[in-house]
Amino acid sequence: MTAQPLLSACGISKAFGGTPVLQNVSLDLWPGEVHVLMGENGAGKSTFNKILSGVHTPDSGEILLNGQAVSIASPAAAQAHGIALLHQEPIIFPDLDVAENIFVGRQPQKGPWRSINWHSMYEQAGELLNSLGVQIDPHERMGGLSVAAHQMVEMARAMSQNARVLIMDEPTASLSPDEVADLFRIVRDLRAQGVALVFISHRLEEVFEIGDRITVLRDGEFVNTVTPAETTKEEIIRMMVGRPLSSLFEREAGSIGEPLLKVEGLTRTGHFRNISFEVKAGEIVGMAGLVGAGRTEVSEAIFGVTQLDAGKVFLDGKPVNIRSPRQAVQLGLAYVPEDRQQHGLLLSMTIAENITLPVLKQFAQMGWLRARQEREVAQQYTAKLHLRAARDVSQAAGELSGGNQQKVVLAKWLLSQPRVLILDEPTRGIDIGAKAEVHRIMGELASQGMAILMISSELPEILAMSDRVLVMREGRLTGEFNRAEATQEKIMAAATGQQMVEVAA
Amino acid sequence: MEPSVARPVGSPISRALEHKLNREFVAVGLLLLAFFVGSRLSTQFLDASYLLDTTSVYIETGIIATAMTFIIISGNIDLSVASTLALVACVTGVLHAEHGLAMGPAIICGLLLGALLGFFNGLLITWLRLPSLTVTLGTFALYRGLAQVLLGDHSVSNFPDWFVGIDSIHIARTLFHNPPIPAPLIIFLVLALIAGAVLHRTVLGRWTYAIGTNSTASRYSGIAVDRVTLLLFTFSGFLAGLSGLIMTSRLGIAKYDMGLGLELDAITAVVLGGTDIFGGRGTMFGTVITFFLIVVLRTGMGLHNIKPEQQMLVLGLLLIFSIVVPNLLQRNKR
Amino acid sequence: MRFREIGILVFLVILAGATTVREPRFLSAKNLTDILLDIPLLMVVAMGMTMIILSRNIDLSVGSTLGLSAIIVGFIFKSNPNFPVWAGAIIGILVGLLLGALNGILVTWLRVPAIIATLGTLNVFRGLVFVVSGGQEVGANDIPPSLIELSRTSPIQLPWIVIFAVLVTIATHLFLRYTRTGREIYAIGSSPKAARLRGIQVEKVVFLAFTLTGGFAGLAGIMYASRYGFINPLTTGAGLELSVIAATIIGGTNILGGSGSVPGTVLGCLLLGVINNALVITNLSAFWQLAIYGVVILIAVAVDSLIRRQLERAAVDQTR
Repeated sequence: MTAQPLLSACGISKAFGGTPVLQNVSLDLWPGEVHVLMGENGAGKSTFNKILSGVHTPDSGEILLNGQAVSIASPAAAQAHGIALLHQEPIIFPDLDVAENIFVGRQPQKGPWRSINWHSMYEQAGELLNSLGVQIDPHERMGGLSVAAHQMVEMARAMSQNARVLIMDEPTASLSPDEVADLFRIVRDLRAQGVALVFISHRLEEVFEIGDRITVLRDGEFVNTVTPAETTKEEIIRMMVGRPLSSLFEREAGSIGEPLLKVEGLTRTGHFRNISFEVKAGEIVGMAGLVGAGRTEVSEAIFGVTQLDAGKVFLDGKPVNIRSPRQAVQLGLAYVPEDRQQHGLLLSMTIAENITLPVLKQFAQMGWLRARQEREVAQQYTAKLHLRAARDVSQAAGELSGGNQQKVVLAKWLLSQPRVLILDEPTRGIDIGAKAEVHRIMGELASQGMAILMISSELPEILAMSDRVLVMREGRLTGEFNRAEATQEKIMAAATGQQMVEVAA
Repeated sequence: MEPSVARPVGSPISRALEHKLNREFVAVGLLLLAFFVGSRLSTQFLDASYLLDTTSVYIETGIIATAMTFIIISGNIDLSVASTLALVACVTGVLHAEHGLAMGPAIICGLLLGALLGFFNGLLITWLRLPSLTVTLGTFALYRGLAQVLLGDHSVSNFPDWFVGIDSIHIARTLFHNPPIPAPLIIFLVLALIAGAVLHRTVLGRWTYAIGTNSTASRYSGIAVDRVTLLLFTFSGFLAGLSGLIMTSRLGIAKYDMGLGLELDAITAVVLGGTDIFGGRGTMFGTVITFFLIVVLRTGMGLHNIKPEQQMLVLGLLLIFSIVVPNLLQRNKR
Repeated sequence: MRFREIGILVFLVILAGATTVREPRFLSAKNLTDILLDIPLLMVVAMGMTMIILSRNIDLSVGSTLGLSAIIVGFIFKSNPNFPVWAGAIIGILVGLLLGALNGILVTWLRVPAIIATLGTLNVFRGLVFVVSGGQEVGANDIPPSLIELSRTSPIQLPWIVIFAVLVTIATHLFLRYTRTGREIYAIGSSPKAARLRGIQVEKVVFLAFTLTGGFAGLAGIMYASRYGFINPLTTGAGLELSVIAATIIGGTNILGGSGSVPGTVLGCLLLGVINNALVITNLSAFWQLAIYGVVILIAVAVDSLIRRQLERAAVDQTR
């Protein structure tokens, strides 16, 4: 290692709308090191990355590059400094081939007409991919390749721009073990070439395999920087989740009845395989796992958004064949999707119109809407859920805050009086107050005998709310714990495929 | 289709605000203005019965525009309507004149055919998951092409007397001393009233808006998006067929090139009336007002010997300005 | 998509074969020349349309642009019989470029959806044709003979207008294939969002595509005058947008942008040209033309959609 770090971030702080997201975070990045950044969702990892890559500017603190203070005001500036960010979802042009995805806007040219030198471009792309040890044909159409391949191509692109600092945001989230192995080989090669890598991952095993140093953030604050040799996985987990749980929420377990939703051997090729579980009346089942583990895909298949390749779904013990969300609603299922804005709400329509949508026919006589009744019921439900910010139910849903938007989605499904409610990341991106209320509502619904399946990537939420916890990893169920035996460590272990932690805990 | 440039980049919230500018009122204002200017320029213009009679000339555009309002609000487009009109007219004519089918049953066959042609559009769109723009571009050519295959450049004209001349039937002065209202206008107004009620007051109407606002979220909310789409296109085909029969009655002949370019007039009327070309927003009121605006403008210009093709210039400019002006206003606000 | 181009070629060969069996005159030099003379107009405009559709836009106004350019030049010739043909041609192209630029401004900086903007200018430009001409046709006597000669004479076996069309086609191909801007058209159509994130100046590129298309339509206006010897305010260029969009889509350009090629569009134009000619020469009645266009468009896009779905499924299966 050379005498000074390639990049130093000193005392970086950043707040959005008065809410501090990063507080006084410092980090050194040496050439030829893989620096792992860890922390729960919301710990500030993404914000930190965005500051390094010029998307955000810090409120205070400075960034030194080779000992010189620099300002990274834009993504272009970051690129000029040799800092490249690989997004979690790669930016691709699906219709263009691999070589062009690497070189778009910078294609090699020749001759007085500066025409694109395709031959040289394919050659350079081939060399780049070769130097990364990747078996991808530069002539291949990007849209036909896997996500893993997209990531490799993005890395090749970063390398073609002579990146010295490469920031990778959860690159392994949706990769299979083989693909991860490939990726790590490339990461090691780059490290050997003196590139500094910032690597974000939730998978402990990976972190210990690839990381030279590990920095843990929690609630926007720096916790510690350690080397894998001087720490253990348990230690890291403790650093990440260190916050006391009691400050969040408590739910008393209610009486649990007969199984309402039961699935057997659900399989959708390429997404998940052989998933079996049941959810009983009055029970909240939490579904934990890493991003990309296939949890959303399972719930979408149950709700009829996508079709199953194999497996059975039972409601009340009777087999059902759900081929569309419409059927699912008729059978008494409800689904609060992960992507509220795209799948959950009609943003430019009113609160009332959103709430009554699934059961609109109830507000109609021979197809004619009874507007006043619709309004009254919508008002009743928004009041029930303490939807405060709204002027009234004729306000557009898109004008509400995230928490209130989620309440509209909840109201919509409560109105349909489902017996099985599936919630996908129900509190993502909403503030603490609204979060507590969403949890309170969930508790109430369960105690009224509803069967609830809750997908969440926040362990405290899973632990506080669930009567039972299912864990998925890479499209399979890898763990099931009842309320008494579930711990953060055990869930994390099942989600990351790390067995030792489970034994130790 | 989602264009690379034109879709407003702003958040959905700002799009909601943008529409608060309420384009329907602009259409009403323009209509009043056109009336005022027209009446100052020509005395004949204020002859109510003359003006009412001229609506018949554009009535097919109006009827088709009512269905097009649904189609565009649902986030689709139907380019095949004018071709459907021609094919229905020709088939009905051939059934009656060459195959000796009585006019009554022939009319029913024509209406069914219109619905069927629309259903076929909807089927291709929902089954093959193709953009409605592409599908109806194909059937735009196919349907008129079939009409041409059927009739070549002949025309069918031997229709029974009772069928010909629907525009000369008037609902005479009955209640007040109202001027006689031509039957086609009555048909249009009744249709528009029903269509408006369905759009704004029924489950189906609400679903139409929902699908146009966000078809994915609509599906996640349990709406049978494909079925609604199919229904709307069938409805569009049906009204296009009805327009074909009305036009046949008005002109007394059926020919393959009837209503050429009428789909563009209908789309213009709908968009000028405030309906968002990307779906989710618009009113039947706006479409109806714009229909009258077009009639008044065209009649006024016609009285001044401005040729129909030059009248297109004015309508084209209006269409463009109806979108550019709110865009510019919004930009200045920021 | 290679598959598409081979598919059209096979279809073309079968069509030509079947037509020749029915009517051997199909392969005569005269008939082949007729086919060649009918295609250039379509092809030149289709080059522009290919660029525009590739960028995920559409231009419905090309027919009116052609008409307006043609009528302006026609009236210059009419009122000024000694006006040089080359200067007239340049004016025609300039008018086209201007009209295209207008579309481009509407679509990019004024943010009018392309389909609406060009639906509007379709009407506006056609209206202007009548303002300029007063509804009068420019007849054969008013068009300089040397312009008409361009459709008949040539330095080699091909008439001049065919040579022009080939030059435009090659230039468009080179532009789309060998310049960074050309490639950016594909990138924008493939993913407008990614294009912005990668720093591509979407507005400028789309503006350029519209402007060039206008210029091509202007050139096609001159070619129209040369080929047909008259310019009619009502019919010249009317309905051209359909044939051009059809040729482009049949040639494999995705209506949602991002994929397609000049050779594909050329084949699409050839196919439409041969269909027209085959209908005429076999006396099968030209009335079948439009219906066949429709069927061919529907088949082309349906096959496209099915293949695309297969590809996507294959991509998912690869993921795990």
